[in-house]
Amino acid sequence: MTTVGTPKPSLHLAGTVLAMRDGKNSVVPETSKNLDPWTKCLIEFKHSQDAEKFAELFAHFAPRVKAFLMKSGASATLAEETTQEALATVWQKAEMFDPARASASTWIFTIVRNKQIDAIRKQRRPEPEDLPWGSEAPPSSEEILVVSDEQANLRRCLDELPDSQRQMIEQAYFGDLSHYEIAELTGLPLGTIKSRIRLGLERLRYELKKN
Amino acid sequence: MEELSLKHHLPDAILTAYAGGTLPEAFSLVVATHVSLCDECRAALASLDAVGGALLEDIPKADVDENALAATMARIMAAPPQPPRTFRTQAASIFPAPLAEYVKGGPEKVRWRGVGAGVKQAILPCAGDATARLLYIPAGAAMPDHSHRGLELTMVLQGAFSDEVDRFARGDVEVGTEDLSHTPVAEAGEDCICLAATDAPLKFKRLLPRLAQPFFGI
Ligand SMILES: [Zn+2]
Repeated sequence: MTTVGTPKPSLHLAGTVLAMRDGKNSVVPETSKNLDPWTKCLIEFKHSQDAEKFAELFAHFAPRVKAFLMKSGASATLAEETTQEALATVWQKAEMFDPARASASTWIFTIVRNKQIDAIRKQRRPEPEDLPWGSEAPPSSEEILVVSDEQANLRRCLDELPDSQRQMIEQAYFGDLSHYEIAELTGLPLGTIKSRIRLGLERLRYELKKN
Repeated sequence: MEELSLKHHLPDAILTAYAGGTLPEAFSLVVATHVSLCDECRAALASLDAVGGALLEDIPKADVDENALAATMARIMAAPPQPPRTFRTQAASIFPAPLAEYVKGGPEKVRWRGVGAGVKQAILPCAGDATARLLYIPAGAAMPDHSHRGLELTMVLQGAFSDEVDRFARGDVEVGTEDLSHTPVAEAGEDCICLAATDAPLKFKRLLPRLAQPFFGI
């Protein structure tokens, strides 16, 4: 068991300095022009707990989260409620965001999906054991950039898919298909993302074994 | 960390349904338990989560309430202080953390019920249409010969079994569909413990196991 203290939410405006609280956290890659702006924003918020940064994240993600929930069948009222809950969780769990593992949109998607199972489908969601990512060896700027690039690449490919294929994927994620109806997701560069993450896992296992 | 050379992984469609949040709880339990032991499927799942992220990024925006940000801030301020972050890693028993949460411990906490011929089982409470259960098959014993109406995922936690398809050892998942009729036999040596999820009753072929079916409660 590893425990890391979570800072309490605070509303004072701490400025936009990227505090490296324990010297181990990853920093925003300064040189990058390509880093996804929302991943950058979430990394900055993670380190500063700055309410203005959070407001930026909120303005970008809340309308999308609500749309996502409504497309998945929630009423406007329930979607509003669940959106607020999900964004509150973004604040509370920002400490756990690891940009070497997921972009901001992917990380927020997983929070929304879990809220949805909980609030709308009223089921438990068993989650795999955690891996202490990032706490053993902080991700390098390069790793963060690779994830960001691949997410952008994935989005482009998704946009370029023929309608029928894209529709199938949307249906799988908006809850319109059962596991019997889902076919393999073709035409997306999932192999690249998968092998990147697989490499990261190997590195992590190696680090854990050393200690 | 435990290192396994897994041979039998989760099908892509099951991982996609788990990523999309539509998989029934019983199957999700098998996914979470397998992924806890399998980096290959953990990485596959991360790539499927990224698809969800791309869809979220691309969706046309909906209007949120005018005071939504203020309401969210109020929620954050009103929330009790977050407990220190705890990683749920490496359960000490043969049950990975997600399964240990259902059983509230390791194999010693399971309330087994005999179902004949030394085979024991325990149903795990899950919402939805699919059922999850733990199976205990003594070394060398056979499970009743059966086929499936729906889908069955069987993951080995201890020991190993073989059937008409292949050999399955710790971490491996066998996917049973309508076409599969099989007689799993536990290997000699260690007793075999499996986690199984089904969304339809199994069909047993022989008279005796059919009589036994009500005891399985599936
Ligand atoms: Zn696997």
